[in-house]
Amino acid sequence: MRLKILNSGYGFGTKVLFAFIHAVSRQPVPDAAKLVFYRPDFYGAPMKEFTQEAMRGPSAWSVGDRELMAAFVSKMNACAFCIGAHTATAARAYQDEAKVSAVLSDLETASIEEPLRATLRMLRKLTREHAVNADDMRAVLAAGVSREQIEDALAVCSAFNTTDRLADAFGFFVPGPKAFEAGAKFLLRRGYR
Amino acid sequence: MLAEDKKRMAHTAVVTRVLEGDGRASRAGRRAAFDNAGLAEPLRTLIDKVARQPTRVTNEDVAAVKASGVSEDQIFELVVCAAIGQATRQYETALEALAEAMTGKKRSEHASEDPQ
Repeated sequence: MRLKILNSGYGFGTKVLFAFIHAVSRQPVPDAAKLVFYRPDFYGAPMKEFTQEAMRGPSAWSVGDRELMAAFVSKMNACAFCIGAHTATAARAYQDEAKVSAVLSDLETASIEEPLRATLRMLRKLTREHAVNADDMRAVLAAGVSREQIEDALAVCSAFNTTDRLADAFGFFVPGPKAFEAGAKFLLRRGYR
Repeated sequence: MLAEDKKRMAHTAVVTRVLEGDGRASRAGRRAAFDNAGLAEPLRTLIDKVARQPTRVTNEDVAAVKASGVSEDQIFELVVCAAIGQATRQYETALEALAEAMTGKKRSEHASEDPQ
């Protein structure tokens, strides 16, 4: 990572934890984990709380749907680390890798439910153009998506528009598929806390 | 509490912490990074890239800010604020658009009772 403190600025307890994670997962500690463990009082602790609520809190969207939204938003931001991490997690949550890759390669032709497609269209515009208007929201509502579902999708979008920026600004190392697979297992078992 | 309210509150807690809590960078500096406004070079370039084109951030952008006398801990905080700021503006704009779409519906239902 571009800041030395994010590579080596950790206390003894955190270093022990990293060694433990490394031993159990047989993968290096992902930079996403290092970021939230660096001075967690400033960013990591409150951000983990928000991300957990958005990704695993009560919602009419499934965990797979929300991981797909995270992967899709990351794709719009061209954030290699988060695309890899959340593509693997969504595929594992759905037990359907083809569905996830279809959505990421062409949202319009992918075989998914219309409410999810309409929601992803709106998230795409919001992420690319930084704004959406009432007509964009009316189109999502008209597809049968509830107000609460839209709010839930916006929380996911906000969490990943934050995380994607930090991954690229700090220069997260992008590991291979085995590491993303291990990460996906962890995120589905333990969540973001 | 509604699940959506819990999400909004958790988000507000993130914003409040990074802007108003203790930090190595000044509160004014963190606010400026969050707003992506009122910063001088070379910090301005780094923060604007974080907000608008994060994949374009380079080692040189970060090195230039360090060379200008900003510590790594301060850069960490300012970059975090810039990322949260941009995502928060998107989030708030979208929630306003959603609120407008909900009330707009009601307005059009009553349109016939209230001719211009």
